[in-house]
Amino acid sequence: MTATTEAPEATAPPEPERPKPGRSTPFLLTVVLLAALVLLALLSAGLGAYHIALGDVLGSVRHRAGLGGHGLDRVGESVLWNVRLPRVALALLVGASLGCAGALMQGVFGNPLAEPGVIGISAGAAAGAVGSITLGLSFFGNWTITFCAFTAGLATVLVVYAMSRSGGRTEVVALILTGIAVNAFAGALIGLFIFFADNAQISQITFWQLGSLAQATWPKVLAVLPCAVAGLAVAPLYARRLDLLALGERPARHLGVDVERLRMVLVLVVALLTAAAVAVAGIITFVGLLVPHLLRMAAGPGHRFLVPGSAIGGAVVLMAGDLAARTVAAPAELPLGVLTALFGSPFFFWLLRRTRRTQGGWA
Amino acid sequence: MNVLTSLFSVLSSARGPRELPTPPAPGQVALEASELRVTLGGRAVLDGVGIQVRTGEVVALVGPNGAGKSTLLAALAGDAAAASGTVRIDERPLADRPASELALRRAVLPQQAALSFPFPVEEVVRMGRAPWAGTVREGEDDAVVAEAMAATEVAGFARRPFDALSGGERARVALARVLAQRAPVLLLDEPTAALDLRHQELVLRICRERARAGDAVVVVLHDLGLAAAYADRIAVLHEGRLAAEGPPREVLTEELIGRVYRQPVDVLPHPGTGSPLVVPRRHP
Repeated sequence: MTATTEAPEATAPPEPERPKPGRSTPFLLTVVLLAALVLLALLSAGLGAYHIALGDVLGSVRHRAGLGGHGLDRVGESVLWNVRLPRVALALLVGASLGCAGALMQGVFGNPLAEPGVIGISAGAAAGAVGSITLGLSFFGNWTITFCAFTAGLATVLVVYAMSRSGGRTEVVALILTGIAVNAFAGALIGLFIFFADNAQISQITFWQLGSLAQATWPKVLAVLPCAVAGLAVAPLYARRLDLLALGERPARHLGVDVERLRMVLVLVVALLTAAAVAVAGIITFVGLLVPHLLRMAAGPGHRFLVPGSAIGGAVVLMAGDLAARTVAAPAELPLGVLTALFGSPFFFWLLRRTRRTQGGWA
Repeated sequence: MNVLTSLFSVLSSARGPRELPTPPAPGQVALEASELRVTLGGRAVLDGVGIQVRTGEVVALVGPNGAGKSTLLAALAGDAAAASGTVRIDERPLADRPASELALRRAVLPQQAALSFPFPVEEVVRMGRAPWAGTVREGEDDAVVAEAMAATEVAGFARRPFDALSGGERARVALARVLAQRAPVLLLDEPTAALDLRHQELVLRICRERARAGDAVVVVLHDLGLAAAYADRIAVLHEGRLAAEGPPREVLTEELIGRVYRQPVDVLPHPGTGSPLVVPRRHP
């Protein structure tokens, strides 16, 4: 072992000194987050009313992948593959979408308080989704709710963007107030749709509105997969340009960024990601706020790590949240959206206070 | 992370190395505005302004508040749309070139340096290299960034976050970013406003050095003494029009400055260099 490590040192020219302790932080964080993600996925697959041992989970996965292992009995196999794993997959997709959307949104608005839930985009998308349930729309089959959530979400992002900007920047107060107005309007629309819904639709809507992954099925996973994957794949390509946008619109343009196009693409991506999350899981707030913020504190504000990192971090948080939601009060299940809001709101409060302090009052 | 980053950089630079502009020859007109008219809210802020900037020279834009200095600079940068008239850079109208091509030809220092997120200083300076990403000159990045930081004396706090700096330090970091862009035309809007005496001189020495290296430099200044000492030519703006333009000794006269600024002044030759010194007439 010592021989193999010493040999290259003797021949290789001395590495240029890079005294940058911060350089490896993103790498380390990525490894830790990915490890946490795998661990949580395995735990989520095994824990619950019907306990499946870790080895059995791995065995069954290997069995299905044709890599040896062994299948479980009929009940175990069904619980694992029809209940637990779709839920794990959904938590992964929804969490990644929310985390990534938050990071993008903050970059586009140049404001660390921007988040799909806070500024009303989730609510807008939700209004679209509820509308499609009440009106019994099914023009795109399985994808109808996602499509309606996307359309309404996109319209909402555009409205919020147009209303909260003046002179090339977004002031905190304008953003939050716009969020209040949009949330109120979307809430009214949702109320109206509920008013006109029949009983079966109402129970579907209420359950979904609290924010939950409890009804995860493979078709639901498929329903959001295209939106989420498209958004998550496109987002990192714009990371470098988002860094430049932090300088302001004009300086970004001076550095060669087509700012108008960048904004339009990212607004579309945010709408895609938010729609994917909202369509299956209802309104889950603060994940997009909390995750990018913590990562920014740990690894700096560079978007080349922040955007993919927030996706992984969002998945970790949501999977942990979902695991907690269905185990802490077992056999009852807490609504996931309630749980994230319970932890997210105080954090948001703290963030508001801090922003106010650093800006010396509200602009 | 490293795998991800390299994958993304491969994807985003998949267009291949772009064609780079050849820097303009010495003494050639690098930037030119003719019959420029810019309106804001129906009022003409600039009217009939024509100016040529050649490589190798420093041109100072001076004038009282509201004379249109910053608007002229913004129009030269392509930020303010001209109601009529054209701005040409490297022999073609600004409007004909996309942002990515302009970024290889001119760098702009805004009046105020802002940043939405607390990037460390070195990363801010490195943002100036963005236009060269994916070109053959990408390899110069580290050297150019280090040089720009040394020239503006910001290397000492390279790892500090931008929002922890003082106003003057931020201004120098912003200048370092602009220098790192290595564009043949530099447009600087009041680069000395937040700076102390030593750093004001430093910034204008940098302007001179860039001009000597073959860049064309346009700089908005309030201090007529600095303009007289460092500029090859001074353009005096007055109520949206060019009141005078030429070498400092010709432009800085008691009559013109007194009229434009509505403040009587004495213009004295510097005892050492002979360059004009503008001193307001004060009544004891």
